[in-house]
Amino acid sequence: MRSKSLMTVFACVSALLAAVPAWAQLPIQSWQTKSGAKVVFVEARGLPMLDLSVDFAAGAAYDTRDKAGLAAFTQGMLRAGAGKLSEDDISRRMADVGAQFGGRLDTDRAGLTLRTLTSQPELEQALTVFTTVLQQPAFPADVLARDQTRTIGAIREALTKPETILSRTLYPLMYGTHPYGFPSSGDPETVAALTRNDLVAFYQRHYTARRATVAMIGDLTRAQAEAIAERVTAGLPAGAGTGSIPVVTPPLTGATREIAHPASQSHVGLGMPVLKRDDPDYFPLFVGNYVLGGGGFASRISDEVRQKRGLAYSAFSYFAPLQQAGPFMLGLQTRKDQAAEALAVVRATLEGFVKSGPTEDELVRAKQNIIGGFPLRIDSNRKILDNLAVIGFYNLPLTYLEDFVAAVDKTTTAQIRDAFTRRVDPARLITVVVGGDEARTAAAR
Amino acid sequence: MISLIHRYARAAVAACVLLAGAASANPVESTLANGLRVIVREDHRAPTVVAMVWYRAGSIDEVNGTTGVAHVLEHMMFKGTKTVPPGEYSRIIAAAGGRDNAMTSRDFTAYHAQLHKSQLELALRLEADRMANLQLTDEEFTKEIKVVMEERRLRTDDRANALLFEQLMSAALTANPYRTPVIGWMDDLVNMKPQDARDWYNTWYAPNNAVLVVVGDVVPKEVFALAQKYFGPVAMKTLPVRKPQLEPVQTAQRRVIVKAPAELPSVLMVWPVPVIRDPATDREPYALEVLGGILDGNGAARLPSKLVREDKIATSVGASYDSTVRGPGLFYLSGTPVAGRSASDIELALKRELQRVAEEGVSEEELKRVKAQVMAAQVFQRDSMFFQGMQIGTLEMAGISHKTVDLQLERLRSVTAPEVQAVARKYFNDDRLTVATLDPQPLSAVKPAAPSAGVRHAQ
Repeated sequence: MRSKSLMTVFACVSALLAAVPAWAQLPIQSWQTKSGAKVVFVEARGLPMLDLSVDFAAGAAYDTRDKAGLAAFTQGMLRAGAGKLSEDDISRRMADVGAQFGGRLDTDRAGLTLRTLTSQPELEQALTVFTTVLQQPAFPADVLARDQTRTIGAIREALTKPETILSRTLYPLMYGTHPYGFPSSGDPETVAALTRNDLVAFYQRHYTARRATVAMIGDLTRAQAEAIAERVTAGLPAGAGTGSIPVVTPPLTGATREIAHPASQSHVGLGMPVLKRDDPDYFPLFVGNYVLGGGGFASRISDEVRQKRGLAYSAFSYFAPLQQAGPFMLGLQTRKDQAAEALAVVRATLEGFVKSGPTEDELVRAKQNIIGGFPLRIDSNRKILDNLAVIGFYNLPLTYLEDFVAAVDKTTTAQIRDAFTRRVDPARLITVVVGGDEARTAAAR
Repeated sequence: MISLIHRYARAAVAACVLLAGAASANPVESTLANGLRVIVREDHRAPTVVAMVWYRAGSIDEVNGTTGVAHVLEHMMFKGTKTVPPGEYSRIIAAAGGRDNAMTSRDFTAYHAQLHKSQLELALRLEADRMANLQLTDEEFTKEIKVVMEERRLRTDDRANALLFEQLMSAALTANPYRTPVIGWMDDLVNMKPQDARDWYNTWYAPNNAVLVVVGDVVPKEVFALAQKYFGPVAMKTLPVRKPQLEPVQTAQRRVIVKAPAELPSVLMVWPVPVIRDPATDREPYALEVLGGILDGNGAARLPSKLVREDKIATSVGASYDSTVRGPGLFYLSGTPVAGRSASDIELALKRELQRVAEEGVSEEELKRVKAQVMAAQVFQRDSMFFQGMQIGTLEMAGISHKTVDLQLERLRSVTAPEVQAVARKYFNDDRLTVATLDPQPLSAVKPAAPSAGVRHAQ
């Protein structure tokens, strides 16, 4: 396949919510449960199924450095036993009704997802297990010990991979001591040190109803949806919960690191903290990035690195907006002896773009894709659920999707140039090359 | 999206993969005079459409010395026609608000575009154009073959588990082209010529070797008319005779070891098994699908439940089987031990689980659970137009009509516990087994690390 990297795909999913032409408004309903959770719901009668997610402000950003991995572990252990249900009971009961039961952990959010049939007894059984897991996690000590061993093994394995070494070098350089720079799965040492008490305390502090967002789409009436939202949040820890994410202080200067690795390719990453969800420059930066490196084969970085020079299979840039300043990232992988050339091409492409911005024609094409492609962002329940979860969690207006189209449409080349000039200083980028050009490195020595 | 579809890598939700999305008799089919088959499935839940052109030309059709050419041609299909300049295909689709991509597997190469329904005609026009008018220039080939080599480095050469799978296949099979990697051997890529890609295109890219699948908010007779308008003029070709290339019988166990940078060892095992050739009369492939589901098809399946959770000896385990393929049938088991356990511990434990099915059979509860998964997945899959199209296309490429989906579902539901036990007994003996083991190498031992004196520190 000739596609974008996973990172790009992830960035698209999280970064854009897309636009709504008048003919495609999504009838989003929203309310609050008695327990204080926010609910966003779309009634979709086409298929006899329900997609449900419950997210909390309990992502990896709520870790402390000495307990990095705690948020991920807490989320992962929810399904390890709850109430009177053992880990196997939970798996069996969900599997018996064909339900898909998953977890979600990202920088800001942690939660659970459920996809189930809405026929009975399937719906009732799936919701019973889901609710028990959410509200009565047991965090059994023996499962914790087992999963610590597994996770430490997985982290050690990942630490042999260039992409992991890259992100674990780049993020601390971008974020310093800010939690956005912590490794979300933790280090072998921090994971080994986690105790059951840590998990229980993290759950009590962060998995409160008032920190929860319930998103739902499926074959339900509003009344049924209300009942489900009440049920899944009623027994959550009470109170407001505690913990917030500090403001990011971006690094004042750029930096470059090269790390040796035996792989045949160098993995190159550049980044800096830039974009908040509610940032006034959101649209100019987002639309501009489509032209720069977010628009797949239509983007300048892909054109320069891949199409014109054949230097990489994947070369991209993206903004990952978060509650606080999320990263602007550029990256590629290339044969070692080409790493310096490819990096120079990316830098030159970025610098040219920051200086001059997109052409009018490029902006037109970007708008055509983002606005014209809007229907593809909401053409399945799964995609709509992801949008609902973001709208709810980040307190975006229910008209966000409609507003998005209008905002993209209004964006000008001058706004993009202005926003990039102010917000993306190439001299302040952190650059990491894992598996650098050994010949060049040796020559420099 | 999957590029090179390495079947093994797919989670072994065997049964669900096969059947998800069956349901209605909605897809309708028509064949143009030039042999192009057009299959349309209506889905009016959203105003979008996916258009896919599937060519029955995958790595199984390649010959030695030019392995990877099916996939290289996939890349070249974006490099221009007589009327569309190189790279313009993707720009046109993007400017129409669309997303496009392509994938190459052992069995097929497929191209797809997802768009608003009003743009279907554009997508079909461009697909028909590149079916007949590809301009495969030396200049574009020279650049793109480098991209493919980077793709191989990224996805295979620098990935221990991908190397392990590659070596497993070339040990397990001797005659059938399933033994070579879809992306091709690096040396074949290095030595590939533009003419190799042209020959591939001229041989296999023909309407009578393709299936057009359209799923979405469309009216079938309008799609048929558009297909006639754009694909109708494309000339059919005489296709080469395809040889069966059946494997000789394996007489003893085969073993291969791969050394690569990694922390944990892992093991991959494969046995030859039958696949569906006649959906109505075959029985064993359905039993094998259920066996795959019982071992690793859901959260309560035997392998994760026993080896990961109860015995705590594995960090991950898997079972995989695909009953609808063109080539030989293969049933895989895989596992990675926890630190302190060896690959052979996992190998023995995985075999013990098969042995347990062979000796003690499976419970009605497990059977019911697998079938519940299948039935639910069938509903869930209808949430995605793309996956509905994937199901139709992959079946057709395997030579199995999409019209047999309901029949296959019915057959799967009729599988009994004794049938599952019988296939577990019959096919998994040690003389038919091939094992690949990853011997993990510390990073520092693979090559001397570059000295830190060469690292430039800013600030």
